[in-house]
Formats: sequence, structure tokens, C-alpha cells
Amino acid sequence: MEYIDIINALVLLSNFVLLPAITYGSQLALAALGVTLIYAVLRFSNFAHGDLMSFGTMVTILITWWLQSVGITGGVMPTALIALPFGILITALLCILIDQGVYKFYRKQKSVPVVFMIVSVGVMFTLNALVRFIIGPDDRRFFDGEKFIIKATEFKNLTGLDEGLAIKSTQVITIIVAIITMIILFWFLQKSKTGKSMRAFSNNEDLALLSGINPDRVVMYTWIIVGALATIAGVLYGLDKSFKPYTYFSLVLPMFAAAIIGGVGNPLGAIVGGYIIGFSEVMLTYAYKKFLIYILPTSIEPSGLMQFLSTDYKFAISFIILVIVLIFRPTGIFKGKTL
Amino acid sequence: MQNKYFECSNLIGGYGGADILHGCSIAIDKNEIVVIVGPNGAGKSTVMKAMLGMLKIKSGSVSFMDNDITNLSPQLRISLGLSFVPQTNNVFTELTVRENLEIGAYTRNDNFEETIEQIYELFPVLKDKQSQLAGELSGGQRQQVAVGRALMTKPSVLMLDEPTAGVSPIVMDELFERIIEIKKTGMAILIVEQNAKQALNIADYGYVLVNGQNKHFGTGKELLESKEVRQSFLGG
Repeated sequence: MEYIDIINALVLLSNFVLLPAITYGSQLALAALGVTLIYAVLRFSNFAHGDLMSFGTMVTILITWWLQSVGITGGVMPTALIALPFGILITALLCILIDQGVYKFYRKQKSVPVVFMIVSVGVMFTLNALVRFIIGPDDRRFFDGEKFIIKATEFKNLTGLDEGLAIKSTQVITIIVAIITMIILFWFLQKSKTGKSMRAFSNNEDLALLSGINPDRVVMYTWIIVGALATIAGVLYGLDKSFKPYTYFSLVLPMFAAAIIGGVGNPLGAIVGGYIIGFSEVMLTYAYKKFLIYILPTSIEPSGLMQFLSTDYKFAISFIILVIVLIFRPTGIFKGKTL
Repeated sequence: MQNKYFECSNLIGGYGGADILHGCSIAIDKNEIVVIVGPNGAGKSTVMKAMLGMLKIKSGSVSFMDNDITNLSPQLRISLGLSFVPQTNNVFTELTVRENLEIGAYTRNDNFEETIEQIYELFPVLKDKQSQLAGELSGGQRQQVAVGRALMTKPSVLMLDEPTAGVSPIVMDELFERIIEIKKTGMAILIVEQNAKQALNIADYGYVLVNGQNKHFGTGKELLESKEVRQSFLGG
């Protein structure tokens, strides 16, 4: 075994596991942050979050198409990034509208969390239908601009290795946008007066009211942030893969697993949980045959695919991890409940 | 008769079930410490909550600075200058000590640095622990955070619901000393207490409540010396 084989093996792993897992993990982390914020402030599990992502992405796609039709594009960057702020704005407005029209009614009744959860299922179906009605149920790609930062063949020529490392621009965009979003979110929660009031409200509602914090304001800011997070996560996911309403609906499962594993209500936990689920899904569904051929002596080379689970079963992974965490550490890795 | 600075009279009511208050009256002036004592279930905490507007009363009135505030919400009363330290869950456990104080000043739009410094002077230990989570502090330190948070609005009336519940006697004495210092700034301080003897020692006036009614009233010293009060619940 030569050292060049090990390098080839590592490049192979970076190309098919590391980069896709970081990218998918970042998208899940942003999605789980939205779930966790609603849980921390409004104290219910928002099952409509996947379809909120879907709505935000749809709005961004519609604006992207409009921009393209009037001749505005992002050049090498995807046009959707220009449309994103408008998508965020409209989705945040929708969130406030839904809150005022639906959730506020149940807050006034002082409904228990399980009622809110069921209401969110209703909102989920409504949003789901709305999105399919407006844009249709089809699979859509709305990515434009330069597809690769480094192509696999370019990498091979550059390094002389057998294995190529392709870095897609959507992967780099996802990671950079996710990091910037997380930094802004944490700065807001830790340093700004409104962010601190949200944390205080989440930690001890009665004392927050005694301190003169206006609950309506806290709830409104939470929905604005959640709308923004959902849109960003949805657009990044759609750019990287494609946009299909049903896919977004089924993303609810891994994103809830991510939020719960990290400790639901804890933003740092949502991020860690997002990456745990992202990495587990990619690592357990990857076929390691080629990787093992590189690093193992020829005599014990594997003949099978060396794949733990078929990609068809990737949702099972979220559930298995979820069950393990709930059995051994029900509060999640970080103790949840408050911001 | 001239109204006192902050007073309630003939309050009747409870939390929705059977009445807990049966016509009790409390009054306090600026620059006074008034202590409400009494046996368990006498309605001590309840009357304080009623004065803050946290429960619906059937009859009676609450007045503050000669204005009738009986129908105002707790939030509005707080903005007028009342401040309340609940008995339990009175700090934001997941926030740092300093953030607790900042949230206390949430309704203020001016610079509150000076007030924070004053609270650090009053409770020096809080300055050392200012970046620590309030949930990690000891019981006595938590009470200091709780009182500090309530003082951030620069209130004219400070209401404390059993501030010494669950703290050691040494910490209790220190806390009472601080409360005397706070009084010197001209504040009216209303305290509900289980540790009746120690509380009456620092009180200007005391009320003994039994079954939601005023049973005895007098200066702290008078109540401590009264044979009837001592026999009924100070333990001789």
C-alpha cells in the first residue's frame, strides 16, 4: 500500500462524504434552528416548518424567474441569492399573518402545547396545498451561474491524483451563508436588547412579564426570524438539490430529529444536531467499496458495495439516532427548553 | 383622612375559587419598611399579589400616590413605579447575572449603567459573578440577583415575597441589612415574611394577618413585645 493510495482514499471520502455531509448538515441545522426557536418561545412543535421552507423557496423561485425575465442575473452567482431577501420578507410576513390569524386565537384561549401542535399540522397541510397550487408539485431546478468552483477533472489534472474532488458552488454558498446566518442569529440573541428579551421570555415567562417585556413583540420577532431561517434553509437546499414540495414536506423528519438530538429549544444543540444527522445519513448510505480498495491490501479487497444502508432508508437513520438519544439522554445533548 | 403613599383597603377575593382575602387593608408610606406576617394560609402573599394586580378582587380598592389603580394591569402598575420580587422562579436562570439586571431595565430607554453600578455596590458579590449564569449561583446570591433585577427600574415601591425562604440565617441577616440600606434611598418596602421575628426587627410597621383579615397592627417593636402576638405565632 502506497501513501498515494491513502491520499486518493481521503480525496474520495471528501468528495462523496465530507463535502455533501457538511452541506446537508448546514441546511438541516438552519431548518432545525427554526423548529427550536418556535419551541423555545412559543412552546410547541411546529410541524409546518418544512412547508414553511417550501413556501419561502417557492416565493424566492418566483422572484428569481421574474428577475431573469427582466434580464437581471447574478452572473457567476445564482440569481436566487438576489431574490432571497425578498423571499425572506414575504415569508416573514406570511408567518406574522398565520400567527395573527391562527395561533393568536389559541394563545388567548391558553391552549395546551398539544393543541398548538395539531394546529400546526393543519397549517402544514394548508401551506403544502398552497405551494402545490401556485407552483405545482413538479421537481424544479432554479440554479443558474457557475456550477463548479473546482471540477473533478481539473482537480485530477492539477494534483495528478486518480481521484477527483469536485467542489460545487452550491456547497460553498450553503456553508458560507449558513455560517453568516448562524453568527448573526447568535449575535442577535446574545447581544441585542430584543434578543435578550426573547431569551428571558423563553427562560421564565412570568418574570419576563413582570419586567415589562411585551409578549406580542417577542412572538412577532420570533416569527420573523423563523420565516427568515426557513427561507434561507429552503433556498440553500433547493439550490443544492432541487425544489420539490413533497421533498420539503418529508424534511420535517430529519429536522425534528436534529432539533431533538441537540436538545429542543437550544440553538447550539440544533446546529450540532443538524450536522450529526447530516453526517450520519451520508456516512451510513455511502458505498465504501472503492475507499476500502484503496486502503486495504489486495488480498482482502471487498467484493460487495460495503454500504450499511440503501439510500432509500436514509430517513430510518434519523429515527434510529432519535430513539437512541431519547433512551439514553432524553433531554438531548445540550439540555433543551430555553434559548 | 389622607391616603398613604401606597395602600389597599378592604380587599375581598382570591384566585377564582373560595375567597382568601376577607377585607384586609395594608398601607405603606415612603421611607418605610412594612412587614406582613401571619400563619400559613393567612393570605400574606395573596394580598401582595392583589396589590400588584395579579388576581381579580371582588371588592376593595388599591391606591397609589392618591390615584385609584384598582383596575390597572400589573404591567401598568409596574410602569408607575411598583416593583415585585416573586418568592420562587425570581431570576432568569439561563441568563447571566448582568443580563438579569439588563432585563430588569427593559422598560427604561435611558442609560442604566449607573443603576447597575449602584446595585453592584449594594451587592458586591454580583459584580464578581456578573458573567455567570444566575442558575449557577447559591440561593442567597440568587435572591440578591432577584432584588437587583427589581431595583433596575428605580421603583418607588419594592415588594418582596418571602425573600429569605430557603436561605441560611447568616444570608438572611445580610439580606435584611441590605434592605435597610435600600430603604435609606427613600423607597417604600413591603415584605411578606415567614421569619417573623427577624423581619419585625427591621420593620417600621407590621401587619399580622389571620384568615385574610387584619389581626394586629403596630410598629415592629410593638408587635414583637405584644404578648398576644408572641403567643399566637412567634413561639413565645
